[in-house]
Amino acid sequence: MTDSKVFPAHKVPAVRAAGAARREHVGRLLQQHGALIVLVAVVIVGSFAFDFFATAGNAASVVVSSSFLAVIALGMTFVIISGGIDLSVGSLFALGGVLAAYGSQAGVVVALLLPLTVCGTVGLVQGLIIARTGMAPFIVTLAGLLGVRGLMLAISDEGATTYLVKDTAFARLGQGELFGLTYPVYIAAVLALLCMLLLQRTGFGQNVFAIGGSEHAASLMGVPVVRTKVLVYLMSGLLAGLAGALNAARLSSGVTILGIGLELDVIAAVVIGGTLLTGGAGSVTGTVSGVLLLGVIQSLINQVGDLTSSFQQVVSGGFLALVVIAQRLLSKAQRIT
Amino acid sequence: MGASDEPVLEARNVTKRFPGVLALDDVSFAVRPGEVHALVGENGAGKSTLIKIFTGVHQPDGGELRYGGGPAAFATPMEAQRSGISTIYQEVNLVPMMSVARNLLLGREPRNRLGVIDATRMYGEAERALAGYGVKADVRRPLRTLGMGAQQMVALARAISIDARVVIMDEPTSSLEPREVETLFGVIRRLRDDGIAVIYVSHRLDELYQVCDRVTVLRDGRLAHNGPMAGLARLQLISLMLGRDLNEVRASGATRFSRDHDAIATGEPVIEARGLTRRHVLREVSVSVRPGEVVGLGGLLGAGRSETAKAIMGALPLDSGEVIVAGLPLRRRSTATAIRAGVSLLPEDRKAEGIIPNLSVRENIVLASLPHLARGGVVSDARIDEVVDAFIRKLRIKASSPHQKVSELSGGNQQKVLLARWLAMRPKVLLLDEPTRGIDVGAKAEVQALIDELAEEGLGVLLISSDLEELAEGSDRIIVLREGAVVGELSGADVTEEGIMASIADHSPSAPPSTTPADHPSRAEAHD
Repeated sequence: MTDSKVFPAHKVPAVRAAGAARREHVGRLLQQHGALIVLVAVVIVGSFAFDFFATAGNAASVVVSSSFLAVIALGMTFVIISGGIDLSVGSLFALGGVLAAYGSQAGVVVALLLPLTVCGTVGLVQGLIIARTGMAPFIVTLAGLLGVRGLMLAISDEGATTYLVKDTAFARLGQGELFGLTYPVYIAAVLALLCMLLLQRTGFGQNVFAIGGSEHAASLMGVPVVRTKVLVYLMSGLLAGLAGALNAARLSSGVTILGIGLELDVIAAVVIGGTLLTGGAGSVTGTVSGVLLLGVIQSLINQVGDLTSSFQQVVSGGFLALVVIAQRLLSKAQRIT
Repeated sequence: MGASDEPVLEARNVTKRFPGVLALDDVSFAVRPGEVHALVGENGAGKSTLIKIFTGVHQPDGGELRYGGGPAAFATPMEAQRSGISTIYQEVNLVPMMSVARNLLLGREPRNRLGVIDATRMYGEAERALAGYGVKADVRRPLRTLGMGAQQMVALARAISIDARVVIMDEPTSSLEPREVETLFGVIRRLRDDGIAVIYVSHRLDELYQVCDRVTVLRDGRLAHNGPMAGLARLQLISLMLGRDLNEVRASGATRFSRDHDAIATGEPVIEARGLTRRHVLREVSVSVRPGEVVGLGGLLGAGRSETAKAIMGALPLDSGEVIVAGLPLRRRSTATAIRAGVSLLPEDRKAEGIIPNLSVRENIVLASLPHLARGGVVSDARIDEVVDAFIRKLRIKASSPHQKVSELSGGNQQKVLLARWLAMRPKVLLLDEPTRGIDVGAKAEVQALIDELAEEGLGVLLISSDLEELAEGSDRIIVLREGAVVGELSGADVTEEGIMASIADHSPSAPPSTTPADHPSRAEAHD
């Protein structure tokens, strides 16, 4: 920590700055990789405690069922890092599924393009409203949540019509397997890698961090604030639609009652993954860890037997609270230094 | 020095109107390549508005903006920046949570062949760039882990590195240490030699004379003066800024402290801090203030002045030490206890720790004193109005009405609102941390006069100021800190700028830490 000496500690002598730097470093490490650490710990404990847990089958089922949440959470990670929130993803997920099933009558291309176009447009419009008018993302996407669900109920005759996936090529996208894992897992993994690159290694990613860290400073530094925000919500809409389409392919039908409250699970996963709800910090690896952690907890609770699946929500709720408290404490510790 | 005749950036007869205010009225301003041009004026003179027009934040309502020899219009800050006009602001406008390197290079990160950011090269470039500014920091760490001075240097390095033809500096030195100021001046001179135009905004006259070639003075939105810096007498400059008669300024001096500070206040201290110690921060710091006395805390940035004030206020955890207010030791160390005992702190960073920008002047003033004003938990509006009106008058707060948002006031008036908030608590002791930082000359003089008045009325004042002149003229007694410990005390005729500097510079350990209590018995008493 020679640097703190060369640059004379501003308010404190250098010795303290070195200790503080170490603390800050540990704090950052915890924030960025806390979910991963807990995930590993839970997996280890689970493996010793329950025979069923550490099986390939169980691991595959956790990964497969997490893949849809993961795809949505990737988009949400960008939204939250930029300082926003997107409540519409649950509805878009459902709408994406219904549109994909509907479009699958015309083949796999339409089955994919239709949900992506519509959900992308919804995201784009939300982004434009948020970025151009400065309205609160919470309100704009809440309107999106309600509106999209209404739209979906309308095209499915209040849920009476369920479109089935006829196209086998499209169904294979959701059901096909490679090395014991379904395709959506690979799609989610590739998307996660792309998002990681996008977030860490492109100007767009830097702009997202800058806007979330300080929108005012970002605009003074020449960051295209409006364009970046619009893109972030567009991306979130696209990914939610894609997840919905993949899920429809898996289920072979577009189910209208899906995705209610899903946006909250997604937000929980992202925040548990160490992304600051206030924006400016976060990572894709954290989000993936957060999603997997929620999946593992669910799997444990489902199989322990005595507990109903409702307890999964209790546990993830508790987790979320812990993480937010920890973030708060960490950022406080960092402010003092 | 090598300034060519063609201005690179010019405002011709520019007018800018805001609702209810004519911010700029037919103002012309021109800066040439290789020229350091001071832009000065009181708050509300139109400096910030002019700068915001140059940087694309505002558009002029009338007149013409010319850049590089032709008419120009900047719709956004980004456009201005792309054209080569860089700005560094008084408050560092970078992203605290992002790493130093990413802040420095945001928007121009080095890419590898695949078009993605090359992290290794980015860190290398950032390190090299910063080394030229005397900053050797780990560029991977978040910006906020650096001190304010280093952050300012990062902002400066960023501003200059984008091939700027014009660099605008808005009070760049307000959070720098003297050594950093020297580095900054070195950079400015280098820029000048490279033919870059610099617009330099500052309230510190010394600096203007040190680095600037020309000066433009704005007053009340109009051009008051434009000419070479050399040959313009200090008093002349002050009178141009204030729009006051030269003789009047001369009579009152540069600061507005008028009390006879040679008289030494007597009587029991209203506040006594003893042996304040926090590992690596404060070492056995003892300070006492008597009623009607202004005690200055001297020392460089990082000497522990703000920390002493915070410790007295109970806002800084201590390893040992105690605070006695009016003879009674504070039992619990918390700000609430200190406030109840009659201690108020005007914090250094009024934006972050003081004003609540979206509330009105009235609400900001009574915020802390509502419990005092309440009867049975209910506060009468009339009573509040009475208090608020009294303070607006007494502190000469310039607001269109008590209901105006505080964020719309000038820095000086915001400071007065804060002062009013704490005075409304009827404190016995007022801790003022940099009360005049970042406010214009006129408001500064008014705040200084207020400090005097308050002391006259019997308040004990602890004054922290980086402005040596202010400290010397405003204080009855000065306690000098260095590296968290008291290294000297000046009183009576010794309270001068030279005295303070000598005390700070004095490295001999024999410097009498005279306020460190030799009277251990009385300490023991207080503990009982």
